[in-house]
Amino acid sequence: MTSTITTADTLTLYGTSFPSRVLLGTSRYPSLQSLSDSIDAARPGMVTVALRRQSNTGEAGFFDVLKRHGVALLPNTAGCQTVDEVLTTARMARELFDTPWLKLELIGDDYTLQPDPIGLVEAAGILIREGFKVLPYCTEDLVIGRRLLDVGCEALMPWGAPIGTGKGVTNPYGLRTLRERLPDVPLIVDAGLGVPSHACQVMEWGFDGVLLNTAVSQATFPPQMARAFALGVEAGRMAYLAGPMAERDSAQASTPVVGMPFWHQDGSAA
Amino acid sequence: MNIHINQQPFSVPDAATVTDALAAFGAKPPFAVALNGQFVARGEHASKALAAGDKLDIVSPVAGG
Repeated sequence: MTSTITTADTLTLYGTSFPSRVLLGTSRYPSLQSLSDSIDAARPGMVTVALRRQSNTGEAGFFDVLKRHGVALLPNTAGCQTVDEVLTTARMARELFDTPWLKLELIGDDYTLQPDPIGLVEAAGILIREGFKVLPYCTEDLVIGRRLLDVGCEALMPWGAPIGTGKGVTNPYGLRTLRERLPDVPLIVDAGLGVPSHACQVMEWGFDGVLLNTAVSQATFPPQMARAFALGVEAGRMAYLAGPMAERDSAQASTPVVGMPFWHQDGSAA
Repeated sequence: MNIHINQQPFSVPDAATVTDALAAFGAKPPFAVALNGQFVARGEHASKALAAGDKLDIVSPVAGG
């Protein structure tokens, strides 16, 4: 059997290839061991991290665990609500984690945690000029996506649903439109996915990756769920590359009807 | 003079720098610093002078999504 699917199908962002299309968040696991086992199970291309004020009750050992895994780090600007907060957090993160990669989060609404699209574009432009490799957490809004690309972003991370809801994609039309209108831009669905079928679905639609956190960390058995998501992403990607059949409204027999031996075929040859 | 480090009041000498404040706080690596909401690069800690009422933030890695 021959295959037309290349084995070199990797997620490429800003010219850098990653070994997996799964990006994994590190928050809210029941234990450091559970986080570590989940990283082993998902084998993510990157893991997200954050920064907070240092205290004696900090997360001892957390950073050491990540360093042992050797996985690429993606610092976020979670919780920032102004452009100035984003810029300062990003600059601290670059020094602290020694990386130019940044998951740009600028929250515009406390209840939905919806991104502030106006400030997002402004902040992304400044950070791109400072050399950051910005992955902006945005909505499925096509025009905002284009503005982010205009200021230099080379990938987008549209939400599937509000952070932590686990609802799966709430606006399939909007998300698929974004995919269709930006066919050459790496798009990673970030936030709102709850089960592996949600991830598989967006990968079947041609998205380039998913970013997960709560769906894994709040599962009853996070490492098993991490593995399930990785398999779902792989299946969806393979299905996309394989080229799904066109959907039809009417039935079409899959078994040939020519040569049926029974009487009701007899009058049909006229 | 009095300053705030991570929202806690601290008293430091009048000529104190960011490096002095980090020592007073007992900052443990790895960390990064912002002074009055503006990032201060590691290479500037020793030369960045503080003023009364300054607010210093010292941050470290935590889990994030």
